[in-house]
Amino acid sequence: MTAATLASAPKPRTAWVQPSILPGFPLAMGWTLTWLGLIVVLPLTALVIRPWELGLAGVWESLTEPRVLAALRLSFGAALLAALTNVPLGLLVAWTLTRYEFPGRRIVDAFVDLPFALPTAVAGIALTAIYAPTGLLGEPLAKLGIKAAYSPIGVYIALLFIGLPFVVRTVQPVLQDLDIEVEEAATTLGATTLQRFSHVVMPAVAPALISGFSLAFARAVGEYGSVIFIAGNMPLKSEIAPLLIVIRLEQYDYAGAAVVGLAMLAISFGALLAVNGLQLFLAGRGRR
Amino acid sequence: MNFQRADDTSANLALEIKGVSKAYGRFPALKDVSLQARDKEFLALLGPSGSGKTTLLRVLAGLETPDAGEVRFGGEDFLSLPVRHRKVGMVFQHYALFRHMTVAQNIAFGLTVRKRSEKPSKSEIADRVHKLLQLVQLEDLGKRYPSQLSGGQRQRVALARALAIEPRMLLLDEPFGALDAQVRRELRRWLRELHDRAGVTTVFVTHDQEEALDLADRVAILKDGQLIQLGSPNEVYEHPATPFVFDFLGQACRMPGVVEGGRLRIADWDSEAPAGAPQGAVEVFFRPDEVTFAPADGAGLSADVKAVAQRGPDVRIDCRIEGQPVELIGHGPTLPPGVSPGLSVRVRPTRPQVYAAG
Repeated sequence: MTAATLASAPKPRTAWVQPSILPGFPLAMGWTLTWLGLIVVLPLTALVIRPWELGLAGVWESLTEPRVLAALRLSFGAALLAALTNVPLGLLVAWTLTRYEFPGRRIVDAFVDLPFALPTAVAGIALTAIYAPTGLLGEPLAKLGIKAAYSPIGVYIALLFIGLPFVVRTVQPVLQDLDIEVEEAATTLGATTLQRFSHVVMPAVAPALISGFSLAFARAVGEYGSVIFIAGNMPLKSEIAPLLIVIRLEQYDYAGAAVVGLAMLAISFGALLAVNGLQLFLAGRGRR
Repeated sequence: MNFQRADDTSANLALEIKGVSKAYGRFPALKDVSLQARDKEFLALLGPSGSGKTTLLRVLAGLETPDAGEVRFGGEDFLSLPVRHRKVGMVFQHYALFRHMTVAQNIAFGLTVRKRSEKPSKSEIADRVHKLLQLVQLEDLGKRYPSQLSGGQRQRVALARALAIEPRMLLLDEPFGALDAQVRRELRRWLRELHDRAGVTTVFVTHDQEEALDLADRVAILKDGQLIQLGSPNEVYEHPATPFVFDFLGQACRMPGVVEGGRLRIADWDSEAPAGAPQGAVEVFFRPDEVTFAPADGAGLSADVKAVAQRGPDVRIDCRIEGQPVELIGHGPTLPPGVSPGLSVRVRPTRPQVYAAG
């Protein structure tokens, strides 16, 4: 895109490429761009283009269907709620794993990765078995009048499950690197335990926490396998947006599926942009 | 050398440590350590790594709890006081500054975390921070972040932060350990001046004997968790209590000898034994620069000179005494002409220290 300006500019090439002792920049860069274009940009472009064959009015109509709006609301709402819940819970788990030495710590540490490692369908079956009205946790919850499985609460539970490791694994290394002397200094200066946490630990951990939040959120928005088992998938109630895409595809409504996909893409992109901006601001403090 | 302390009484004792012991698992870090510091005194805890000096300092700060013993400050039981109520200013080797706060916020921290009823107003805090920045000569850097400062500047911020709470006692844990030699020496003088101006009891941990002797009013020398000797820099340097202290405080030459009937015999040299020397087989220690030279037919230890090397105003003399290689230090202009390679001379230690052999 800048080929013309480059050719006309008398500036040396180094104006836009830092000279490096590593050879092969053109080849490496070329591959990177081709690969990214092929794998990421091209499919997304197709997604962006596809819906418009319905026409603007058609897209709008397809998008504002109550069933679509409900699915989008559930997908993003539950994902946001689950990611927000995972922030304090993940911090607590990471804190316990880094700050205390106890027998079986490594095993507990390994358990954190299970939601990563498990095929999501397996997780879905397992969660459903437990939270179903006859299940181990589902039964007492049902007695309390809470319907866990086959309801939006089930969606939330599944998203909690798959999001937790993202928060733990991003926060853990930061907590590990936190200099204990800095906290000791705060204590000798008269800070209470609470002040030490809020003034010293939190500012250091916040960027990682936000990073973990956005990862958990992004993953939860796209989660399919574990959710469809436990959600019950009732239209307007417990149907998630990815499932709606699948349903529309099965009805050969490709453009309609792409409308939902485009909406999800736009909302996710906006959300991640906002989170990254906040993170950049926080990480920038102290390094300016 | 003790005349200036003739008026000392126990009345102005600030810090009393009695029989403090601390073990990590089966490793004893402190063994029955007792010592005192006077009000406004500058006390150095000196010892090699693993001697327990940092552990002792952390006990004073409240960051470690001793297994046994007593710590009193101004007569008050310090051990039952939680860390944040002790009002000690602690300075760490690696600064331990709050990275996400500016220099000014770092210094103000101890004031801003106070209870609402005890917290100074915003303008009072700003005032105090400004005065402290002046004190540590960093007036213009209040808005910077720690990462934008040099090591020496960071340590001065850490010191200002510790002083902001008007500490009853200042604790410094190898504060210059991470700095290069030049900055170290500058900060050392500056710290001493600061201490004299602020007038706060200071306990300073170091493994650098030069630093301890240069800075402190009194030096406590620790080894393997035990207090070996406590005294003014002069006392410990001139009268080291054990061979370890002698060795640790500077370069040492050692020779075996015998004390009998008030006479000290080293090889074929017989001299008057120093007062209080133990009887029987002894080890004689002397500093390589505390010697005089005599002709080969005079009195003293017979030494074969191997090499003489000029090092600035000093001359390094490699010689063998009784078959043992010894490195002596002489003063160039006053060195007798007989001290040259290939010749034999007599060497007389001027201030030998005699310890029972064992």
